[in-house]
Amino acid sequence: MKLRFLAAALGATAALPFGAASATDLEVTHWWTSGGEAAAVAELAKAFDATGNKWVDGAIAGSGGTARPIMISRITGGDPMAATQFNHGRQAEELVQAGLMRDLTDIATKENWKEVVKPSSLLDSCTIEGKIYCAPVNIHSWQWLWLSNAAFKQAGVEVPKNWDEFVAAAPALEKAGIVPLAVGGQPWQAAGAFDVLMVAIAGKENFEKVFAQKDEEVAAGPEIAKVFKAADDARRMSKGTNVQDWNQATNMVITGKAGGQIMGDWAQGEFQLAGQKAGVDYTCLPGLGVNEVISTGGDAFYFPLLEDEEKSKAQEVLASTLLKPETQVAFNLKKGSLPVRGDVDLAAANDCMKKGLDILAKGNVIQGTDQLLSADSQKQKEDLFSEFFANHSMTPEDAQKRFADIIAAAD
Amino acid sequence: MTGLTRGSARPNQWLRNLNAKIASIPMILTAVVIFVGGTAWTVVYSFTNSKLLPRLAFVGFDQYERLWAAPRWLVSIQNLAVFGCLSLVFSLVIGFVLAALMDQKIRFENTFRTIMLYPFALSFIVTGLVWQWLLNPQYGIQSIVRSLGWTTFSFDPLYNSNIVIYGILIAALWQGTGLVMCLMLAGLRGIDEDIWKAARVDGIPMWKTYVMIIIPMMRGVFITTLVIIASGIVKVYDLVVAQTSGGPGIASEVPAKYVYDYMFQAQNLGQGFAASTMMLVTVAIIIVPWAYLEFGGGRKRG
Amino acid sequence: MDNIANHSMAAAHAAASGGSVAGPRGRKPRRTLSRRNMIVYGTLILVALYYLLPLYVMIVTSLKGMPEIRVGNIFAPPLEITFEPWVKAWAEACTGLNCDGLSRGFWNSVRITVPSVIISIAIASVNGYALANWRFKGADLFFTILIVGAFIPYQVMIYPIVIVLREMGVYGTLTGLIIVHTIFGMPILTLLFRNYFAGLPEELFKAARVDGAGFWTIYFKIMLPMSLPIFVVAMILQVTGIWNDFLFGVVFTRPEYYPMTVQLNNIVNSVQGVKEYNVNMAATILTGLVPLTVYFVSGRLFVRGIAAGAVKG
Repeated sequence: MKLRFLAAALGATAALPFGAASATDLEVTHWWTSGGEAAAVAELAKAFDATGNKWVDGAIAGSGGTARPIMISRITGGDPMAATQFNHGRQAEELVQAGLMRDLTDIATKENWKEVVKPSSLLDSCTIEGKIYCAPVNIHSWQWLWLSNAAFKQAGVEVPKNWDEFVAAAPALEKAGIVPLAVGGQPWQAAGAFDVLMVAIAGKENFEKVFAQKDEEVAAGPEIAKVFKAADDARRMSKGTNVQDWNQATNMVITGKAGGQIMGDWAQGEFQLAGQKAGVDYTCLPGLGVNEVISTGGDAFYFPLLEDEEKSKAQEVLASTLLKPETQVAFNLKKGSLPVRGDVDLAAANDCMKKGLDILAKGNVIQGTDQLLSADSQKQKEDLFSEFFANHSMTPEDAQKRFADIIAAAD
Repeated sequence: MTGLTRGSARPNQWLRNLNAKIASIPMILTAVVIFVGGTAWTVVYSFTNSKLLPRLAFVGFDQYERLWAAPRWLVSIQNLAVFGCLSLVFSLVIGFVLAALMDQKIRFENTFRTIMLYPFALSFIVTGLVWQWLLNPQYGIQSIVRSLGWTTFSFDPLYNSNIVIYGILIAALWQGTGLVMCLMLAGLRGIDEDIWKAARVDGIPMWKTYVMIIIPMMRGVFITTLVIIASGIVKVYDLVVAQTSGGPGIASEVPAKYVYDYMFQAQNLGQGFAASTMMLVTVAIIIVPWAYLEFGGGRKRG
Repeated sequence: MDNIANHSMAAAHAAASGGSVAGPRGRKPRRTLSRRNMIVYGTLILVALYYLLPLYVMIVTSLKGMPEIRVGNIFAPPLEITFEPWVKAWAEACTGLNCDGLSRGFWNSVRITVPSVIISIAIASVNGYALANWRFKGADLFFTILIVGAFIPYQVMIYPIVIVLREMGVYGTLTGLIIVHTIFGMPILTLLFRNYFAGLPEELFKAARVDGAGFWTIYFKIMLPMSLPIFVVAMILQVTGIWNDFLFGVVFTRPEYYPMTVQLNNIVNSVQGVKEYNVNMAATILTGLVPLTVYFVSGRLFVRGIAAGAVKG
C-alpha cells in the first residue's frame, strides 16, 4: 500500500521532467463543455495534435465560475497546467503581475500578431506593461437577440425586427403559452442581458461613460433610467423561464417554447447543432436591432510559466497554432464566434456571423464588460441583476441606485 | 481513574506520556497549523484589499463595511438562520421520533433502518439533483398532482423566492435525518431496561417517560448529534449549489456560498475573508464556551 | 458532567463486554394488530416511502429513453426498459473532449479513498486513544480547537491549505489530497474514538499498566481488538465523505487523479442541448454505488458501533 502510494507521489512530482522528446503532452484547461463548444475545442486539439504534440484535455464543467477557482488554485499552488482559457481582460491580471504567467512577446513579434489581430483592442487586453501574455482565439459579442420564428408564427405575429417590436409582441406570445424572453437562472445571464440593453438603448457613448470611465452620475442619470425601464420589461417577459443553464434557455428558443433570448453569439453553436438555419428557423438581431454595435470580448489562452523546456517549447507551438488562419476558421465556425484575424476567409459563415463580420468591419465595436470591469464589480452586478430579475417587488429605481453605487465603487 | 492514568500529567514532568505526545503530533499540528494558523491568516487578510492573490495592503474595516451593506450577505444570514433553526429542530424531532418508533421491538428493523440511512451515503450533489427534479414544477410532484385532477395545485418551492429555503430543507432532511435517527436509536439502546420497568410500575405514560426521563438521560447523544448537525448547517453549500445555485435571484444564498463566490469568482479575497471571519466569529461565540466546558479544562473525572 | 460519564460508562461496559447491545427496550408488543402497532408500522411505512421515493424516481428514470421522459410522468414505470443511459453514463458521456464517462474516475476514486480512509482512521484512533487514556497537559485545548475546527467551512480553508501544501511540496499530488482528507476527517473521528475509548472499562487499561505495558502495546494488544464497531462506524463515515468529495478532489489534485465525482459533476453540468435526465440519474446511482454497498453490507454494525459508546459525551 505504502509503496504504491509513494510511487504515485513520486510519479506525480517526476511527471514534469519526463516530457518525451518528440511529442509533448500539454494539459489545457477550459470550461467549454456544451455541445457546440466541445465540437469547437476539438478543432483546436486536432490542429495542435497535427504538430506532433498532444493536447491533453482538462475540461471542467459548470462555466467559468466553477472552473476559474480550480485553475487559479493550480497556478498559485505551483502545479500549473500548460495552458488555460480565461476571458481575456482583467481575470488573469494579478497572475501576470505575480510573475506566474509566461511572456509571449517573442512569438507574438515573430508572427506579427500586432498586424493580424483585429480589432487591436483584443491584443491590448492581453498586454500588461508592454508585454503580451495571452493568445486571443475568438471574438465573442454579447449583443444578440435570438428569436424563434416558429414561436412567433404560433402566436400569429410577425417576427420582430427590434427590441420595441419584441416587447409589443410579448402579450401575443404569452397568450399562446410561450415565454416571451428566456433568461436562465445563472446570475451572469441576467447581468449580461442588462449590459446588452445598455448599449442598445443608451448607446455606445453612455455605455463607455458608465463602464469605461465609471461615471456614476451618468449611471444614476435619465439615460440609464430608460435602460432600467427596458430591463423591467425584460424581467416581466422572462417570467416562467425556470431553467438554469444558458443553453437550456437557448433550447427553449430552439424548440419554440420561448420567443427569444438575449445571449452572446455562442448561442449560435446550439442552433447549428440542432440543425436550425439562420433566417429560416431563427432570427438574430445584433444590438437588439436598435444599435448595431458589438462588443469584442472573447476567450484567450494564457500560458503559465513552466520550468520544463520541452513543454515551454510546445507552449509556443500551441500559441502559434491557435492563431493560424486554418485553426481560426475551423474553430470559430463551430463555436459561432468571430475570428481574431482580419485576414481569414469565412465563406462558410452563416447569415448571423456575416452580420457580425460586417459590423466588425465597420468598426462599430465596444469593449466587453469583462475587459472594462474587475471580476469583483462584475460579481456585484450579477448579484444585483439576478435579484432584480427574480424579485418583482424590486423597483427599477432602487436597482438603478444600487447600480450607480457599484459603478461608483468600481476601480 | 486518577493517579497513573487520566488527568495525571503533572506540569513539571515533560517527558511523561512522551509516547502519547508523539502520537498526538498529527492532531496538534492540525489544530495549530491548519485550524488556528489558517484562521489567523484568514482574519489578518480580511483587513486587506487582497484581490486574486493575498497581499498585505491593509484597508482597515472597509471589507466589513461593504459586507454589511451587501443585500446578498444579509439575505444569506437570514437564510442560514431560518434554515439552521428549522433543520436543527426538525432533524432532532424527526430523528428522535423515528428512533423511538424503531425501538418498539418492531419487525423488519434492519430494513427500515437501511431505508432511512441510505440517503446519507449519497453526496449533496446527488441529493440536490434528485430533489431539484422532484420539485421541478414541469416534471415533478406539482405536475403529477395536477395530472390527477387538482389543476390549481401549486408546489414549486425551488422557483418561488419566498419558500425556496424550505425546498432546500426538504432535501437536507431527507439526506440527514437517517443518521440522526441512528444516533438516537443508539442512545435509546443505551438506556437501562430498569428505568422503563420503574416507569411502568409507577404508571407513567409512555410519552411522559420519554420526555421527562429518557431525553434528559441522553444528553451525551444529543450533544454529539448537535455537533454533527450544526457543523453541517454552518457549512451548507453543495446542496444549495446543486439545487438552486442560490436562486431564484439571491433568494437561497447562504454565507458559505458568499465566501466562495467572492473569494474565487469575484476574485476579491479580502471580501471573502471578511465574510468567513464573520462566520468564524459567530461560530466561536456559540461554540467555544460550550466546547470548552464540554471537552476542555475544569473537568473532574472519576 | 459526572452523571453522563457514569451512565455512558455503564452502557459501554455492557457493550464492550458483551459485544452485543441489548435489543429494543420498548414495551413488548401485545397483539400483532393492535392499534398501537398500526400507528407504529403505518408511520414507519409512510416515512419509508418518503425516503424511497427519490431512489425509485432515480432508478425508473435511468431506465427510460429521453422521449419518454419528456412526455411521461416521472413516477410512471418505464414503458420500454433501456440500459442505454447506464452505458452512456459509465463509458460514453463527454466532458469536453473526453468521452469515457464515469469509468475514467472510478479507479481514481478508489486510489484516493482507500489510503485516505486508512490513514485518517489510523491517526484519529491513536489521537482518540491518547486523549481518552493518556491525557497530557494541553491535550484538551487542542481537542477543543479541533472540535471548533469542525465548524469551519471548507471553502475558507482552501487558500491556507494551498499554501501549506505548496510549501510542503505536495500540492497536486495524491499525498497532498490524502493529507487534506486526514485533516478534515480528524475532528469528528477523534471525537468518536475518544468517546469510545473513554467508555471502555478502565480496569483493563489499569491492569495492563500494572503489567508494565506501554502506550503502543496497550493500543495494539488491548484497545484495537475491542474496537471493531467503532472502526466500522469511522470507516463508513470516511468512505462516504471521501468518496463523495468533489471540492478537494478537484482543487488539490491534477486531472489524472480526478475522482469520479468530478466526472459526475461534469456529466450533470455539461448540458449538451437538453438535459439528459436519464443519463444524469444513471450516473448518480453509479457514483453512489460504492458507499451504498458499504452501507448495506455493514449497516448492522453501524448502529451497533454507534450504540457501543460512540455517541456518549
